[in-house]
Amino acid sequence: MEVGLSHFLVVSTALLSLGIYGVITRKNAVMVLMGIELILNAANINFVAFSKYGNFGLEGQVMALFIIVLAAAEAAIALAIVLNIYKTFNHVNVDEIEDLKE
Amino acid sequence: MSESILVTLSIVILFLPLLGFTTVLLFNKKFPKLYLFEVGILIGAFLLSIVVLIVKLSSYLDTEIVSSFTWIDFGDVPFLGRVSVELGVKIDNVAAIMVVVVNLISLLVHVYSIEYMRGDKRYNRYFAYLGIFTFSMLGIVITHNLLMMYIFWELVGLSSYLLIGFWYEKKSAADAGKKAFIVNRVGDIGFFIGILILFTSYNTFTFDTIFEQIAAGNLPFGSSAWLTAAGILIFMGAVGKSAQFPLHVWLPDAMEGPTPVSALIHAATMVAAGVYLIARIFVMLTADAMLVIAIVGAFTAFIAATIALTQNDIKKVLAYSTVSQLGYMVMSLGVGAYAFAFFHLVTHAFFKACLFLGSGSVIHAMHHEQDIRNMGGLRKKLPITYASFLISTLAISGVPLTSGFLSKDGILAGTYAFGSLTGHWLIPVIGFGVALMTAFYMFRLVIITFHGQPRDQHKYDHAHESPFVMAMPLVVLGVLSVFIWYTPLPHSPDAGWFISSWVKTPHTVVPAESSFEFMVGGAAENAGIIHSEMYTEAMHHAHYPAMFLSLILGGLGILLAYSMYQWKKIDPDKIAGKVPGLYKFSLNKWYIDELYDAIFINPTVTLSRALAWFDNTIIDGIVNGSASLTRFISALSGLFDTYIVDGLVNFTAFFSGFIGITFKKIQTGKVQTYIVLVVFSVILLIFIVSPF
Repeated sequence: MEVGLSHFLVVSTALLSLGIYGVITRKNAVMVLMGIELILNAANINFVAFSKYGNFGLEGQVMALFIIVLAAAEAAIALAIVLNIYKTFNHVNVDEIEDLKE
Repeated sequence: MSESILVTLSIVILFLPLLGFTTVLLFNKKFPKLYLFEVGILIGAFLLSIVVLIVKLSSYLDTEIVSSFTWIDFGDVPFLGRVSVELGVKIDNVAAIMVVVVNLISLLVHVYSIEYMRGDKRYNRYFAYLGIFTFSMLGIVITHNLLMMYIFWELVGLSSYLLIGFWYEKKSAADAGKKAFIVNRVGDIGFFIGILILFTSYNTFTFDTIFEQIAAGNLPFGSSAWLTAAGILIFMGAVGKSAQFPLHVWLPDAMEGPTPVSALIHAATMVAAGVYLIARIFVMLTADAMLVIAIVGAFTAFIAATIALTQNDIKKVLAYSTVSQLGYMVMSLGVGAYAFAFFHLVTHAFFKACLFLGSGSVIHAMHHEQDIRNMGGLRKKLPITYASFLISTLAISGVPLTSGFLSKDGILAGTYAFGSLTGHWLIPVIGFGVALMTAFYMFRLVIITFHGQPRDQHKYDHAHESPFVMAMPLVVLGVLSVFIWYTPLPHSPDAGWFISSWVKTPHTVVPAESSFEFMVGGAAENAGIIHSEMYTEAMHHAHYPAMFLSLILGGLGILLAYSMYQWKKIDPDKIAGKVPGLYKFSLNKWYIDELYDAIFINPTVTLSRALAWFDNTIIDGIVNGSASLTRFISALSGLFDTYIVDGLVNFTAFFSGFIGITFKKIQTGKVQTYIVLVVFSVILLIFIVSPF
């Protein structure tokens, strides 16, 4: 059996689902961030897969690189926010933080 | 003394009583003795007026002193020409004499009132009113134009209203004041229209200018009928003020005022104003107007004399005798006996003031008893009053040696001459008949009041002669009713200075064809006697017959009165019983008041009631109806506001609140919940938007 585009798409769909599941269900803010990374990487797989099998140039690959950089930057900012949350609440449990309600 | 000083003096005389009026009215609360100031002012005015009269008669006997200034200059008015209103004074002999008469009688009334009105709660105010009355009358006397005449005319009306209704707590007095005022208004309408006819024709109010225009042949609207109309309309004003038929009804009622006021009204002010007005416009009266005036005067004299025969109130008798004598004066002017009319105005002023003040003295002594049937024998108790009253009665009856004889004889001669010249014999016949009745009712009054036995012993016992301040005016006026002040010869008024040099009949300015023949002509250069020779001759012929006739009739009247009331040879009740209709007719004043009630007052009241009903029911109904309609609509609109508009607003608020409360629940504040929602929403969107 030859590995084709649909295999990649299934993997990426599984990753996206896992990522969303992680974002929604995890209590810990760091775990939520990890879920977001999963979502981003699912997108990366899509880009790369379409770049390989599609009738395109290297744009998909470049896009993947760009997303990796973006994810790094996002992680840095998000971790800084998490640190601040910790400073304020002394924990990082997302479900206990309801200040947005007010 | 120069003319300008004379003018200044007369203006000072005019304004002195006004000064008294304002001062007393403003400060009477602070100074209870202020009435003495008013009396003092009158003394001053009287002395000044004597000076004016002497200077006028000695230095300016035949000149008319006129001084005027332009009050309003309208300039050149389109369609009218030059219009200006002048104010000013005109002092001729008539005015100068009248000023003295007015001031003298007013002064005596003031003095008399000091005692008569003592204790009245509006004592000072009474004197203030006397002051403005005198002021108004003086204004009428010295003015030189119709506008000022009219203004002062109305002021006289106002003052008479104030004084007749002085005891306004009494309903009859308040009513009498109103009656005098309203009845006078009726005449004043005519007066005003007459003035306007002249003003629209000549653009001026000044007497002399108007007369010059008429003399130049410039008649109002080019017709002598309009001149007649103007004359009669202005005469209507005199009919009101001088109490001529049919407007004489106010005067007897005016007896409700204090008695000195009656004396003032009947002698010097008010009623004299009417006669004076006719004298002022005498030169512009046409033959028709003069005939109307003569007839009205004669008829008034007759009615009033017949009424006076049967009255039992001392003041009512005198009131009707005044109306009757005023009828004489008006009649005299109507027949062209101008000088005698004015002469009678002056003599009548003195003896009538004396009679009224005398009756006041009687009333005062009898403690406000006015019915002569309760008097009698007062001669012994009130000798001074009796003596002066008797002299005045002799004068009004036309007994020789009195002033009344002279003036009345002149008037009767004038009517006699008029009858012989024009054939209107009814006028002299009425004149002589009235002379008979006058003598009769005046002596009836004297005999019942002063002679015989007292009828009310209690009141008689308490009667006492009046004190000096009341007796003095009586004596002065009684003395002035003797012939010697007017002529050296007691049988001939023509020999007196009054007729021969002071008062001269002015030239008529009416065109010859619309004037009486005897009024026109006469040598123009002979300024003294202006009547034609025809008239002079007729007067000459009339003099002796008229004198004898009036003497016989006067004597007959007196004799009749004596035989009825003194010697009781004839029973007056029997005569009254024989002609009960006539007696009732006279006693009830010819039913004229009742007639006016039926013709004018009742319809007016009925109409007013109907209009009041209309107002109350229809007009008020419409107003109230529209009000309740508005209220009803407002209530509806209020309900709409409360339930529909407010309901909508409240519903909006409630709905927003409901939505808010409902959707608040998804606003958990938890990031993860939001994310779940976003994911589901995105999935939903994909399904909605996607083509499959």
